[in-house]
Amino acid sequence: MNAAPWIILFSPLIGAAMIVLATEKFKRISSYISVAAVAISFVLSVSVFRGEDGSAGFTWIDLGSFQVKIGYVINELTKLMLLVVSGVGLLIHIYSIGYMAEDKGRSRYFAGLSLFMFSMLGIVLANNFIMMFIFWELVGVSSYILIGHWFERSSAADAANKAFLVNRLGDFGFMLGILLVWNTTGSVMFDEIGQRWTSSATSPLVLTLAPLLIFCGAVGKSAQFPLHVWLPDAMEGPTPVSALIHAATMVAAGVFMLARTFFLFVPSVTALNVVLWIGLLTSLLAALMATQQDDIKRVLAYSTLSQLALMIAAMGLEAPQAGMFHLFTHASFKALLFLGAGSVIIGLHHEQNIWQMGGLRQKMPVTFWTFLVGTLALIGCPPFAGFWSKDGILAAALGHQNIPAFIAIACVTFLTAYYMSRLFVVTFFGETRSDTAAHAHESPMVMTIPLVLLAIPSTIAGFPAVVSIFYKVPEHEGAVAAVVVSSIAFLTGAISGFLLYREKAKDPIDIPLFENRFYIDQMYEVLVKWTQDLLANVSGFVDRWIIDGGFVRGTGRAAWGFGFALRFLQIGNLQAYAFLFGVGVVLLLYFILFGAS
Amino acid sequence: MVTLNDYLIASGLLFAVGFAGVLLRRNIIIIFMALELMLNAANLSLVGFSRYNVQNGLPDYNAQVLVFFIITVAAAEVAVGLAIIVALFRAKQTTHLEDLNTLKF
Repeated sequence: MNAAPWIILFSPLIGAAMIVLATEKFKRISSYISVAAVAISFVLSVSVFRGEDGSAGFTWIDLGSFQVKIGYVINELTKLMLLVVSGVGLLIHIYSIGYMAEDKGRSRYFAGLSLFMFSMLGIVLANNFIMMFIFWELVGVSSYILIGHWFERSSAADAANKAFLVNRLGDFGFMLGILLVWNTTGSVMFDEIGQRWTSSATSPLVLTLAPLLIFCGAVGKSAQFPLHVWLPDAMEGPTPVSALIHAATMVAAGVFMLARTFFLFVPSVTALNVVLWIGLLTSLLAALMATQQDDIKRVLAYSTLSQLALMIAAMGLEAPQAGMFHLFTHASFKALLFLGAGSVIIGLHHEQNIWQMGGLRQKMPVTFWTFLVGTLALIGCPPFAGFWSKDGILAAALGHQNIPAFIAIACVTFLTAYYMSRLFVVTFFGETRSDTAAHAHESPMVMTIPLVLLAIPSTIAGFPAVVSIFYKVPEHEGAVAAVVVSSIAFLTGAISGFLLYREKAKDPIDIPLFENRFYIDQMYEVLVKWTQDLLANVSGFVDRWIIDGGFVRGTGRAAWGFGFALRFLQIGNLQAYAFLFGVGVVLLLYFILFGAS
Repeated sequence: MVTLNDYLIASGLLFAVGFAGVLLRRNIIIIFMALELMLNAANLSLVGFSRYNVQNGLPDYNAQVLVFFIITVAAAEVAVGLAIIVALFRAKQTTHLEDLNTLKF
């Protein structure tokens, strides 16, 4: 049995355990343990990538016909994802050494990062639904720990709660989907389900319902509408955590899971359409929201939402390869953008409002150039990575003859170019608009080196020659049309963004609807408050009037009431007592003498 | 010919008179006397049963012994009862029932 996948999986867990158990006192060592653990994972991932496909495992729980196995499956998808997760993860770990150098909770932070890596690698390696679900939940827990890292701030604690609870909503559907699939096919192993799913006499309802329930899990984890609300709030965590969540781990888990279980979706056109339109809707909404955000990390957060939604939409277009390709390129340039934003934030002493920045081009040259690479990759400028992968999705829409989807994706491309050039121009060009920006300084080497390293794949990862090493992207018809449309969309977007925001001191466009995120959070607030109040009122009523009033005080009141009624018989008149006594005797005699018959 | 029924009717009437006296009179001493009347009605019926329940040529003396017990107990009870009434009168200056209602709610 090949030991490498097991070592890849457990090395971060061992690292986390060592940090928690041993190095609470030596904070500097804990960060190196964490980096070493993920470095081992990365090196072995490379060796696995060059090795053979395969799978192995052992039975964990044996309940007769139902067996839960812990095992891994190595195939093209796993190999690619292992590289992305451990590679991007490694760079983020290294960057964290610099970013968290001053933080008091550094050991806790690195233990959380390692746990996060362990959970995510578990999802990637899992060969069955149960194991995947366990690690899926572990990702939720570790994201909770990391988003709430600065838990002294109530906003961070709230964001962690929100992320966890919203994810639970999606996970509930995911769990129901797993149970439905298990009930239908009698197995939780991916390969066995894949063989039995269409061949077994499955009812059309189940064929549609099961993938949709599974999709619920992805909606939660990958932050799709209507469960997207947690992701922008998750910006409360440290910036490397945002990079990790957005690029390599958490949100990618949803897309990866869809790719892994894509065989479930194939037979159902309805499920595929739901996936497609949820993806397109989220993508458009998020891109529109991003155009009016002022927080540098929030803009990036909404762009993540939008890009992830494109990957989901690619799944809906029956092009999981295109989706995974975009995930692959997106992981590198989104990590780059977040780490660049983190570098800016550190350089400006935790200033996140882009209108307080400006003119950082000369002050932070490395950050500027790498951020430029990330931006160009994200907006799909040829020949950067994002161009190729976004093009793949557009081509998939064309190949699917789905013109509305094609137009929607083109709109998203335009909006992406627009809000990214806005962000870039406002942050790095123009006048310095605050004192902190005037005193900005470049970040230390430990932070800039990961930026440079991430800039390399962001540039070249899309070239067909490079892609062919990692991945086989099938040729799509009409790719030329896709290239033309996406080029036009990104050029107009970038130019309009550049012209609108050049040399501006404040936002020339003010659209409250976008700025307030379509009021979806407020709607949820009202909805949650309303349902909660209703539930509270109902249970309060039951408690106050039925439990308390009926059972507890009711018995007391009944005894008191009987006493109250009976004491009117105590009239204090001796003769009345005697009369009642006599009546009683007469009645008694009557019953004794005549009642028996 | 006087039969058992005549005795029992006389006894029942006597008891009814006594019970009516207990229920209707207001003076506690009269009530006390009516109570004695009810006891004697019981005595009368006991003696009547005794007289008419002849076994081996002899009446049933058990009932007559019981009558003596009742008379004795009644005498003791009268002594105690009158003493209570005297004590009550000393405390309340009344023997009327309407005024004796301190145990009422």
